[in-house]
Amino acid sequence: MPELPENVERAVNIPLGLAKGLKATFMTMLKPAVTVQYPRVKETVAPRARGVISLVEDNCTVCMLCARQCPDWCIYIEGHKDKEPPRREGGKPRTVSKLDRFDIDYGLCMYCGICVEVCPFDALHWSPEFEYSEPSIADLLHDKTRLGQWEQTVPEQPGLEAGADAPKGKKK
Amino acid sequence: MLVAGTFLGIHAAYWNETVLKVVLILSLALAVAGAFVQVYLFKMVSHLQSRLGPMESGPHGSLQLMAEVLKFLQKEDTRPAKADRWVFGAAPFLVIMSTMLIYVVIPIGPRGVVANLDVGVLYALAVSSISVIAVLMAGWASANKYSLIGGLRAAGQLIAYELPLVLAVVGVVMQAGSLNLQQIVASQAHFKIFGVGGVGLFAIPQFAGLLIFVISSQAELTQTPFDMPVAESELVAGWMTEYTGFRFLIFFIGEFATAGGLAALAAILFLGGWWLPGMGAHWGQLAWAREGVGLAVMFAKVMLVGFLIFWVRFSFPRFREDQLQAFAWKFLIPLSLADILITGIAKVAVRA
Amino acid sequence: MSVTEQQKIAYVSAQAADARINFELETEGMTLSIGPQHPATHGTLRVLVRLDGEQVVWADPIPGYMHRGYEKLCEVRDYAQVTTLINRIDWLGSFANEVPFILAAEELMGIEAPPRAQYIRTVLFEMARIANLTLFLGDMGVQLGAITPVFYAFRDREYVLNLIEGATGGRFHPNFDRIGGLKDDLPKGWIDETKVVMRRIRRFCDEIDDLLVGNRIFENRCRGIGVIPRDIALEYGLSGANARASGIDFDIRRDEDSPLAWKHADWKVWTHPDGDSFARFWLRQQEVRESTKIVEQLLDGLPAGPIRAKTPARIRVPKGEVWMHTENPLGEMGYYVVSDGSPGGPFRCKIRTPSFSNVSIVPWLLRGVLVPDVITILASLYFILGDIDR
Repeated sequence: MPELPENVERAVNIPLGLAKGLKATFMTMLKPAVTVQYPRVKETVAPRARGVISLVEDNCTVCMLCARQCPDWCIYIEGHKDKEPPRREGGKPRTVSKLDRFDIDYGLCMYCGICVEVCPFDALHWSPEFEYSEPSIADLLHDKTRLGQWEQTVPEQPGLEAGADAPKGKKK
Repeated sequence: MLVAGTFLGIHAAYWNETVLKVVLILSLALAVAGAFVQVYLFKMVSHLQSRLGPMESGPHGSLQLMAEVLKFLQKEDTRPAKADRWVFGAAPFLVIMSTMLIYVVIPIGPRGVVANLDVGVLYALAVSSISVIAVLMAGWASANKYSLIGGLRAAGQLIAYELPLVLAVVGVVMQAGSLNLQQIVASQAHFKIFGVGGVGLFAIPQFAGLLIFVISSQAELTQTPFDMPVAESELVAGWMTEYTGFRFLIFFIGEFATAGGLAALAAILFLGGWWLPGMGAHWGQLAWAREGVGLAVMFAKVMLVGFLIFWVRFSFPRFREDQLQAFAWKFLIPLSLADILITGIAKVAVRA
Repeated sequence: MSVTEQQKIAYVSAQAADARINFELETEGMTLSIGPQHPATHGTLRVLVRLDGEQVVWADPIPGYMHRGYEKLCEVRDYAQVTTLINRIDWLGSFANEVPFILAAEELMGIEAPPRAQYIRTVLFEMARIANLTLFLGDMGVQLGAITPVFYAFRDREYVLNLIEGATGGRFHPNFDRIGGLKDDLPKGWIDETKVVMRRIRRFCDEIDDLLVGNRIFENRCRGIGVIPRDIALEYGLSGANARASGIDFDIRRDEDSPLAWKHADWKVWTHPDGDSFARFWLRQQEVRESTKIVEQLLDGLPAGPIRAKTPARIRVPKGEVWMHTENPLGEMGYYVVSDGSPGGPFRCKIRTPSFSNVSIVPWLLRGVLVPDVITILASLYFILGDIDR
């Protein structure tokens, strides 16, 4: 292609560039829109998504690690020690920690996951549920009953990618 | 002067006729503005941006326009304390007045025109420039630095783009031999290109004129890429910043009705107006049928030109003010003058 | 006239005298405060400009409206909590904020993360860069009046964010880096999905070519606007794409030995000689393309192995100080971490953010510039307020 004088080249390229832009928008108009009309249609959320934290009360030993490590101090734990009968005849009565109160304030929670990670007894789990907005901020404080209800929404994690080491389990 | 006349074939007293005409203009302007807003501003822009747009009010958001109008009507009418009361209040109504006056000469059929002025084109373009004063009034009376900057930018821009707008039309006027809009439509009906009749749109020989007219009307409407006065990311809303509620609705309707008016002018001058190939001058016997078909044809052409205007609006970034002025003075005006020159030469040569 | 009426009039006259706009129709010396709430500033930055008509006489950026006290916070939080918090400094470049801090802590502790972790860290780092810069590409269009490319940017960026969420659990604040490696390995199917999305991002860059770079109006608005000469850029401490657009061929990923996996991919550092707004825009577009290539190459060559080195349960960083910086999406981000050997958090953490230095050039750059160009320049410098103010 012979070298065109600069003015002619500009006279061709400028409208061509503008036309390409018009074409790009026009072609997008012909394709279907990508909008998902929430709340009528819901997208599937990733299983690892950090939506809400659930509590398995039986596993909790009131060690207070999660409440200590939370950067926002949004976990409120109260517990007491009880004496339980010995495991076998002639032994000493055992001291067992019982959980009285376990509240997470989701108005403060940063969704960082430190509490879930740090719990040595696998009592806290992440769930991708996120639709728990409340008209009143006080209702964002989830008590241990409600936290226990979130446990059924915790999904099965799909396996890991090829080449990954097997995940380590946590003691119960 | 209570002279009875004929309007659309109806014999009516003068005052009745006037009321009918006013109602017709208002409904036409509002219908066109509404169609532009609903189709282009709500739905077309959304699909250009790969989203759905309003979907809640009415099926697929078809009643969004009504929702918007009602929303504007129920807003509080605020006015900045330091604003000049009368000027501030009058500005929107001046804009809408200049818009409605354009529709006075737009024909929708062989006899469907409110006032068939012999200086139709000149009148339409002159009346559309009244909005420049209104914009200045709005910008200045708002007692707001952003509004003032917007108003001054707008005034400079609107004045600069009046010239290419008018000059682009001169070529058409030369070819049609008249300023009368009905006459221009009729001459396109009888126009023969290289002996081939019935194709006659002035858009074919006057393609440069059409381009300049559409670009200039884009600038007259302060639409992107010429929307520096209303640059949203800098000046909030330019001269309209301090207007809320009903006043803003008037500005809004005025902007889109003017878009419709200029699109209608483009359709008449370049695309044949209410005439389609196949429509003879004595087509059909029923007057209403002719006007009805003419209205449909005009509407389609107005929507077509509107599509172009809004497609460009949503695709391009905006010019800077001085680049905008340079574009008008150094490019569009010489181009339109050249177009007039060539049209003049061609007209003489072809006739010879 | 009551006393209060007189006082009111005196106040108005004082305002008018300062603005000098109303009574004598003078436009000289109008002080305009762009911000702190303004669509053009990416957050709460206030730029005070004095205008003579449409020209800027002087400009003064006033940051600090979003100061959150990060460096003080770092003194009273431990390492895991600091990692959570620093995600929020440059909130668009999510993962990239955590990396220099974690690398600094690893250096002090003498821990080396396994190669698989380094590769995945680099992949997530580059994806943070893609997420950040695609938003810039759309955002610059919007500041200039093109309202459509930003929607394409958000649409295509959504896929990247979904991938980051699939791997880390959080779209914007992954909180995924740990001393010694990463929190978890990648979920099944992630690598294939990522490759599809990278191709999509490249298609988006081509769309930007059509919509903005090839558009004459965009060129007119950007070419020759806000030219930063090379030596001035060095003086003001510009970094990242702003520096490379002025011809400075410096990229920490290539020029410094980092534990992350950039040396294992074949990629190019882009520079541009002009130093104007167009150069900065074009450069970031090329960087997005380059990042997609890096991600694809690293995922192809991902080594198998553990995702985290053995670290003690209670983190106790020995006494020492270290400076660690990386090439973040916005520029050079660095942490100077001082540890006094006690358990708990760092003793002191100085955070060097790129946007703070990038904004410092604004007074020099905006002299004599027209008001619309102010917007172009601020958009092209691309700072994030969380990054300026911390």
